Amino acid sequence: MASEIKHLEMTLETQVESVNLAEEMCLRVAEAAGFGEDDCYRIGMSVREGVINAFHYGNEERPEKKIYLAVDLTAEKMIIHVLDEGVGFKLIDVPDPLAEENLLSTSGRGIFLMRAFMDEFDVVSGRTGGAEIVMSKKLPTPGSASPNGQGGQNATPQQEEQG
Amino acid sequence: MSLHATHRDAGKVTVVDLSGRITLGDGSALLRKTIRGLLEDQRKMIVLNLADVDYIDSSGIGELVSGFTAVKNQSGDLKLLHLTKKVKDLLQITKLYTVFDVFTEESAALRSFN
Repeated sequence: MASEIKHLEMTLETQVESVNLAEEMCLRVAEAAGFGEDDCYRIGMSVREGVINAFHYGNEERPEKKIYLAVDLTAEKMIIHVLDEGVGFKLIDVPDPLAEENLLSTSGRGIFLMRAFMDEFDVVSGRTGGAEIVMSKKLPTPGSASPNGQGGQNATPQQEEQG
Repeated sequence: MSLHATHRDAGKVTVVDLSGRITLGDGSALLRKTIRGLLEDQRKMIVLNLADVDYIDSSGIGELVSGFTAVKNQSGDLKLLHLTKKVKDLLQITKLYTVFDVFTEESAALRSFN
């Protein structure tokens, strides 16, 4: 496999439509890179959640601010960056959505989903001073892509059924 | 694919048939409007049929929880029917599968309100 890094970036407006646009673009890259259906779903969802986070929390839905999306495709993995123009945040300050007291919260699950669905996930201080989400997924090895591609470490639910 | 919602009455229970994606924007807004509309009409026993909903993001999850809480606050109940695999997995990893009553048969969902 070639060691060349493919790089793609786009600047998005702070509006709801940017969420779908970012998801669609990254899905095309993921499909072209050979990810299976389940991994594409997880990547698409993670990109959605990253851009929703930038739109809502980072840029506070202010239309004069931008969201910067970048995708790097290396020989090993697909790396996605989502940068906002907010004030940044620390992961340690994000409430655990699985805590009993937060289960019925109507928000605060985006970071959790990105962590669950991607292989690597971090939030750093970006060049704008805002938060930069950096997340990646390992490329499938040749012949291994399947509709049941492996998710992140935390992606497998282990709970009893009810109802 | 945007969200579509229709509802039908089965005795005191209202079944809401949803299809499409429940995501940030129109999808979440339509779900909110539908549930709030039913509550205004005093329809407080609600089953959301999610058979044709194959995608929910965190905004959609938030709207499901918001609807659940709003119905409970009016002494009603909101239950889920026919989860697709992706939606079921999502509710499981967010631990909401244990919060909602979930059914695989509509008749069982309707009986559960008795």
